[in-house]
Amino acid sequence: MLIKCLICHQEISPVVTWSSLWSKPEENDLCKKCSEKLNFIEGEACEKCSRPFSGLDPRYRTGNLCHDCTRWNEDPEWGSSLERNQSLFLYDDFLKEAIARYKFRGDYILARAFSPFIKSKLQTLDFDLLVPIPLSSERLYERGFNQSAALIREAGFTAAEMLKRTHAEKQSKKARNERIHLQQVFQRIADHDAENKKIILIDDIYTTGSTLYHAAKILKEAGAASVCSLTIAR
Amino acid sequence: MRKQKVRFLIYPCIEVNTLRFTIKNNILTPFLIEKPQESRPISSFEAIPQPPLNETYSFNKKLQQFLHGKQLLLDDLPFPIEEIHEHYENGYILYRKGMTKEKNKSTCARCGNEDRALFVCFPCARCDEEHCTYCRKCLMMGRVSACTPLVSWSGPVQTQSDNQRPLKWNGTLSPGQQLASDRVKQAVTDNTELLVWAVCGAGKTEVLFEGINTALAAGKRVCIATPRIDVVLELGPRLKAVFPEIPVAVLFGGSEDRHLQAPLTIATIHQLLRFYKAFDTVILDEVDAFPYTADDSLQYAVRQSRKPVSSMIYLTATPNQKWQKDCHNGKREYVTIPARYHRHPLPVPAFKWCGNWEKALKKDQLPSAVTQWIKKRLETQKQCLLFFPNIDKMDKVLPILRKLEPKIESVHAEDPDRKSKVQKMRDKEVPMLITTTILERGVTFPNVDVAILGAEDRIFTESALVQIAGRVGRSAQFPSGNITFFHYGKTESMVKARRQILKMNEEAKKKGLIAY
Repeated sequence: MLIKCLICHQEISPVVTWSSLWSKPEENDLCKKCSEKLNFIEGEACEKCSRPFSGLDPRYRTGNLCHDCTRWNEDPEWGSSLERNQSLFLYDDFLKEAIARYKFRGDYILARAFSPFIKSKLQTLDFDLLVPIPLSSERLYERGFNQSAALIREAGFTAAEMLKRTHAEKQSKKARNERIHLQQVFQRIADHDAENKKIILIDDIYTTGSTLYHAAKILKEAGAASVCSLTIAR
Repeated sequence: MRKQKVRFLIYPCIEVNTLRFTIKNNILTPFLIEKPQESRPISSFEAIPQPPLNETYSFNKKLQQFLHGKQLLLDDLPFPIEEIHEHYENGYILYRKGMTKEKNKSTCARCGNEDRALFVCFPCARCDEEHCTYCRKCLMMGRVSACTPLVSWSGPVQTQSDNQRPLKWNGTLSPGQQLASDRVKQAVTDNTELLVWAVCGAGKTEVLFEGINTALAAGKRVCIATPRIDVVLELGPRLKAVFPEIPVAVLFGGSEDRHLQAPLTIATIHQLLRFYKAFDTVILDEVDAFPYTADDSLQYAVRQSRKPVSSMIYLTATPNQKWQKDCHNGKREYVTIPARYHRHPLPVPAFKWCGNWEKALKKDQLPSAVTQWIKKRLETQKQCLLFFPNIDKMDKVLPILRKLEPKIESVHAEDPDRKSKVQKMRDKEVPMLITTTILERGVTFPNVDVAILGAEDRIFTESALVQIAGRVGRSAQFPSGNITFFHYGKTESMVKARRQILKMNEEAKKKGLIAY
C-alpha cells in the first residue's frame, strides 16, 4: 500500500534493506525529507529545561542552567515544583508550521508524526502517570481535541486527566511577565490520586515554562513525589 | 503557513461544549451544553428535514447577505446559533451533513473528497464520539467532520439590477474576438456551456466583457474562476476598471474580500469550496492549467458553486486531447479565436535535434546547436527565454551560460526572488532568463525569442509546448520571433503542438483574421 507523508503528503518510498526484509516494518509516517527537517535538541543544553546553549548569549547561562531556570530556582514558591523539562525538537519554522496545523487547524493525525518520538523517549523515563495540559472548554470545543492528550494516546499510553483549566485566555498572546505572575490557571480533578506518584506532564511547546510550572505546583501540592515534563518543541 | 484567519465564536454568551442533534416532529434540534441520550452527530441521520418557508418571518438581512450562495461552517458565522437555528426553523437556512457515508465510503460534502487516505478517524471533543471522522483535503478552510453541519441560505434572495449597461469600455474587438464575444453573450442568455478556444495572445479577457455585461444587467451573479492566483490578481483591477459601478469581490487564500458578496466575483477555484448554488454564470479561465485538471475536488467545487440553471464558459488556449476530440465530434459547443488581436500569425516552432544533451551536460558542455542559438541572441541583444524540464538540469546549465554572459538569471517555482527576476527581465536588465515550466503561461515579455532544451521530456505536453510557443511575438510592435524545440528524439506531443499551431494559422487565414 502507498503511504503518504503526514506532513508533506508526498509518497513515502520504503527503504528496502536486508534487515527490513526480515523484521517487522517500523512505523514511520514521515518521509525522509520531513524527518530530516525535525531538529533534535542535541549537544549542550540547560539541564533543567533542555534549552540548547549553542546560539545562546553566554550572559544568559549560569553553569549548566539557563538564565530563566536560575530565576525559577531562586523563587522559593516555584523553584521546586517542576523538577525538569525535556523537549524533543527545536521550535523552528518547520515545526512551528507543523504544530500550527496540528492544533490551530485541528489536523489530529499529526499527533502520529510526533508520537513515535514521544514513545521512545518515554521508554527511557521512569513514571507512574502521564498528565496532559488541559484546554479550557471553549478551546477544546474549538479544536475538537486536546493536542497534549492526543500525543499521549497516539503514543500508546493512557492520559491521566488530573487537571482542569480555570482561566480561558490564550497563553500565546501574553508577555512572559504576565504569564508567570498569573493567578493559578489550573484546578485539580480529584479522580486520580497524585499521592507519591511520579508524574510526567505532556505539552506541545515549552516557551517560558509558566504553564508547566503552574501545573506542576498543583500536582506537588496534591502530594506527587515528582513532576517532570516532556514537550515536542522548545 | 498563512496568517491565522479571524475566527468567530459562534456563541459569545453561553459556553458551548458539544454539538449533537435530535430530530423530532420532522425538525432538527441542536444540543450545545448537555447531550441527551437520543442525541447524535448530524451525519448519523439519514436525511436532514427542511422546514417549509414561513413567509411572514422577519429574517435577518445581514445573515441573508452574509450567507446566500455560500456553504459555511457554524464557526465561520458571526451570528448567535439561536438566531441561525431560528432561521432554519422558519425555512430560511439549509443544514447539510458535512460528511456522508455509504457502505463504509465517506464523502466530504464540501470538497467531494472520497480518498480514504485523506479521512482521519479521531476521538472528537465536539460530538463526543470515539470515532468521528474529518477530511484532511479541505482542512485549511476550516475542519469539516462527521459532526459538522454545512450551513447555507435557503430563503429568498434579491436579484434585481437597475443598471442596464454596467460595462464602461470603449475598446474595439478584432473580428475573431467579436465572433467569440457574441457566442459568449448567447451562452450567458441561454444558460448553456461554451468553450472559448483562443490562441495565446488572442485577447480573451475582452471577449468576456459583453457576456458579463448581459448577465449583470439581468441581475445575474457572475464568477470568473481560475486555478492561478496571478491571474486573479491581474483580472481584478482590469474588471473593476470596466465595471466601475459594480462591486467586485476578489478572492484567494488570505484575501480580505472573503465575506464580500458581490455581483461579480473573481476567485481562485479553491475559494469556490465556500460557495453553494451561488452563480448564474461561471467563467473558468485556463481550464487546462494545473492544479484544476489534477484535482477532482476543484472540479467538484465548480459544480457545487453553480446554480442548477446556469451558464458555464470555459476559456483556454490549449484544450486537452479529450476536449479537442469532443469539439471535433460535435459533443461540445465551442468557438475558436484562431488569430491574435494584432492579426499576425502564430510563430511556428522549429525542431532541432541536439543529440544526447544530458550526457553533454555531465561533461559541463552544452550541445553546440544550443550554444549557437544563445550566442546569436546575446550578440544581437535580443532577449530570450530558455525552458528546462527540471530544476536540476537548469542548475547545471546556469554556470555554463554565465561564462558567456554573467547577467543571465534562472527562475523556478520555489525561487523566492521569482518576481524580482521576472521584473528585471521586463526592465531589460537581464538578457536571458532560464526557467522551468513555471513561466509557461501568464507571463508576457514584449519581444523575446524562446527555446526549450529537452523538448522530448514528458513534462512538455502538447499544451505546455503550445503555451511556451505562445510566449513569442505577443506585442503588436514585435509580432514575430523565433521558437525552437531542441530535442533528443521527436515526440508525439511536439508534433501535435506544431500541428495545432499550424491549424490555427490556417483557420485564421481562411477566415481573414490574419492581415500580414
